[in-house]
Amino acid sequence: MSAVIDDHTHTADDHHHGPAKGFMRWVLTTNHKDIGTMYLWFSFAMFLTGGLMAMVIRSELFQPGLQIVDPEFFNQMTTLHGLIMVFGAVMPAFVGLANWMVPMMIGAPDMAMPRMNNWSFWILPFAFFILISSLFMEGGAPNFGWTFYAPLSTTYAPPSVTFFILSVHMMGISSIMGAINIIATILNLRAPGMTMMKMPLFVWTWLITAFLLIAVMPVLAGVVTMMLMDIHFGTSFFNAGGGGDPVLFQHVFWFFGHPEVYIMILPAFGAVSAIIPTFSRKPLFGYTSMVYATASIAFLSFIVWAHHMFTVGMPLTGELFFMYATMLIAVPTGVKVFNWVTTMYRGALTFETPMLFAIAFVILFTIGGFSGLMLAIAPSDFQYHDTYFVVAHFHYVLVPGAIFGIYAGIYYWLPKWTGHMYDELLGKTHFWLSFIGMNLAFFPMHFVGLAGMPRRIPDYALQFANFNMISSVGAFLFGATQLLFLFIVIKTIINGKKASAQVWDGAEGLEWTLPSPPPYHTFSTPPDIK
Amino acid sequence: MLLGDKPKLIAAVSTLLACGSVYGEWGYNLPQGVTEVSRSIYDLHMTIFWICVVIGIVVFGVMFWSMLMHRKSLGAKPAAFHENTLIEVIWTAIPFLILVSMAVPATQTLIKVYDTKESDIDIQITGYQWKWHYKYLADDVGFFSNLSTPKAEIANEEPKGDHYLLEVDEPMVVPVNKKIRFLITANDVIHSWWVPDLAVKKDAIPGFINEAWTKIEEPGIYRGQCAELCGKDHGFMPIVVEAKSEEDYQTWLVAKKEAAAKERELRDKVWTQEELYSRGEKIYNKNCAACHQPNGEGVPPVFPAIKGSEIATGEPQKHIAVVVNGVQGTAMQAFGKQLSEVDIAAVITYQRNAWGNNTGDQVVPMDIVKFNEAGQ
Ligand code: HEM
Ligand SMILES: [Cu+2]
Repeated sequence: MSAVIDDHTHTADDHHHGPAKGFMRWVLTTNHKDIGTMYLWFSFAMFLTGGLMAMVIRSELFQPGLQIVDPEFFNQMTTLHGLIMVFGAVMPAFVGLANWMVPMMIGAPDMAMPRMNNWSFWILPFAFFILISSLFMEGGAPNFGWTFYAPLSTTYAPPSVTFFILSVHMMGISSIMGAINIIATILNLRAPGMTMMKMPLFVWTWLITAFLLIAVMPVLAGVVTMMLMDIHFGTSFFNAGGGGDPVLFQHVFWFFGHPEVYIMILPAFGAVSAIIPTFSRKPLFGYTSMVYATASIAFLSFIVWAHHMFTVGMPLTGELFFMYATMLIAVPTGVKVFNWVTTMYRGALTFETPMLFAIAFVILFTIGGFSGLMLAIAPSDFQYHDTYFVVAHFHYVLVPGAIFGIYAGIYYWLPKWTGHMYDELLGKTHFWLSFIGMNLAFFPMHFVGLAGMPRRIPDYALQFANFNMISSVGAFLFGATQLLFLFIVIKTIINGKKASAQVWDGAEGLEWTLPSPPPYHTFSTPPDIK
Repeated sequence: MLLGDKPKLIAAVSTLLACGSVYGEWGYNLPQGVTEVSRSIYDLHMTIFWICVVIGIVVFGVMFWSMLMHRKSLGAKPAAFHENTLIEVIWTAIPFLILVSMAVPATQTLIKVYDTKESDIDIQITGYQWKWHYKYLADDVGFFSNLSTPKAEIANEEPKGDHYLLEVDEPMVVPVNKKIRFLITANDVIHSWWVPDLAVKKDAIPGFINEAWTKIEEPGIYRGQCAELCGKDHGFMPIVVEAKSEEDYQTWLVAKKEAAAKERELRDKVWTQEELYSRGEKIYNKNCAACHQPNGEGVPPVFPAIKGSEIATGEPQKHIAVVVNGVQGTAMQAFGKQLSEVDIAAVITYQRNAWGNNTGDQVVPMDIVKFNEAGQ
């Protein structure tokens, strides 16, 4: 690996290796910055696509009765919305951030395996093309929810399920290759002196996330392959009639699924841990405990999967084990929140857009953690499970959690990437409208869930009507606001004010030692680390 | 999409603001329910909720304090501390202790929920796409429970009733103050039987039987819904439980048994074409129309049309076979297990003569009996 560094002894301002021109630059590129950029644009396109589907869902749920779509299409919308948001929006956005930032943060010239990096990205558009094209197939798109429980997703599935399985395999391959690359980069390409315990938390959280990915994506691949066998090759893994067990599906799925939800949040923890110290002008409180907390969350995430299955009829001891283990996750999660709050305590705070998103992240993610704790209590979960209370919970951890974490990171590093400042007033507008829209959309879901509204239904009883209407209004506001973000980014690229190398006065880390925008190749000679 | 919604959105928001509440009450919390278990779950829920509120006040309190008092614009100078082992140990240990204190009542409640021993009445609950079947195991009584909200209300052609989507043709009837055990399973995909007032939610899984129990303390009508995504009409398979006094329950049970006996007599009676057709129409709309549509045109290719179909206009024996045995690997169920011979004969007669399928055929209950006896 060190050979890579030795081969290229030119300096940062040596430009003869600049990007090729035109479309082929993007197809053939092996440059971590180009690939990061493509991941981020792709993710945003998927975010808007999944968002459009959410708008269809919220329009139908605006009032009781069936108005806009029929129940069959409604189910296709909820399924694709979930799949696209999880695999198309959140995960690629984090990989995009990692591609841009990990090499720059550890003083590496590029990712360890640049050609594989190109592959991991270019598989994705094809995977999602296949998934989305299933909307136009006979029998329609997958309609069994993003959790695709068998036998609804096997014996009773539309024919397009086979394409769905193929596309999940492709997403899985992409994620695994991305994860291997990140691990190899972090373990092998750190500049001399960049010890593990000096790495920024974003690098740490991504390292741990990458291990989670490698551990669980094959499990996901396994479960869809078992489905494929049941559908086409006469096996009965999930078919009780043939001696199989539908609950087995859920165990395997959630063994993937629960670590997956942490895959979608840990890198956001990392981004926020960089942003809060910068705008508090104070070092991160409890760096070491942050690292250990992240590692324990990752470990615990492997032994709590069945808390998604409290109602399937597990034995009492099983329920107790998964209840206690799940409750335990609140401890390291709490430690992280306390550390962020203490970092802010007695700082000198300013509230630029990245900081606003980061603060909202801490508050609203914590609210999602509270509902998570309530859901962990097995007997109470009998009342919450599969209701809008769960929908509220995971949207609180995913929208102001994962998505706000991503936005915070983008606003924070965009000046570095583009060399231009974004428009602060527009950024703040984007924040506040998102904040209001998101809370309006998701807070009432706690209430309708507790009052008894099941999730994944296209029509509902009258006592849920008022809160649903509010939710829909909030969702439309949140959805429309994201178009403003597109405008902000384009405006920044085209005519944003020039950004300095340092960008933020309190920011620390190797990325800020580079000019804005950084040259196409950076750290071809490793930087000095104090 | 968004633009298209705007006029409607504005109209709705203004209605909302004008009359405060468009549709009656605003349910916002778990019900306390009508059983010992439901009350302990409610208490558990509120306890954890308030603990979370208190923690939230402390954590967000410190945060807002920092945001208000330690602003750079107020001239705050940043402190430099970034570690303190003692405080880190404290804020790891205290949450742990709080969790232990939550785990104790949670465990006690869970043990209660799991105690399904020594029941007075056993009811087998079977989930079907998209209805429930209740079978009283000791009494040889069994029936389906279907959504009874008219299609016109769902399609917004008629005003919606008070129990819109939460009403059925035949509720489950149970006596109060008796321990009732539910044996829950499913016929096709996974469903989940949930009645919030009883705090019972248990998945109905094909090929497996789950147990749950309840002991209702107050007579009344308790409503719930299927809680596991089970396909197209997942949102339209409600649950209604009617809890009655012991005598009223016995009266109901006797009436049920008599009705079943009458049903058996019907089998042997001589039927006219008109009688079969009109009975069949009702059966069709209740059991078949969800997929094949009231006009018989289906939703191809998933739900094929009956109108003009080869099966409904060809050989009657084949038609009987499909209805009685279902079609493996599709949503078409084996109705032989769900409907009486009379109803199957009627619905087949209806399908063979409705929507221009004018075969003139008449399939009578004895045809079905013979078909079944031939063991096909
Ligand atoms: C304190 C930490 C957390 C706890 C104790 C917790 C607990 C739970 C429990 C018990 C459920 C199952 C509820 C049910 O279906 O009945 C659940 C659902 C869920 N949680 Fe969490 N959670 C926590 C944090 C998170 C985080 C950080 C994420 C993601 C970023 C997350 C994402 C989800 C998702 C996506 C679901 C729903 C999955 C589905 O059924 O579609 N949770 N959580
Ligand atoms: Cu989970």
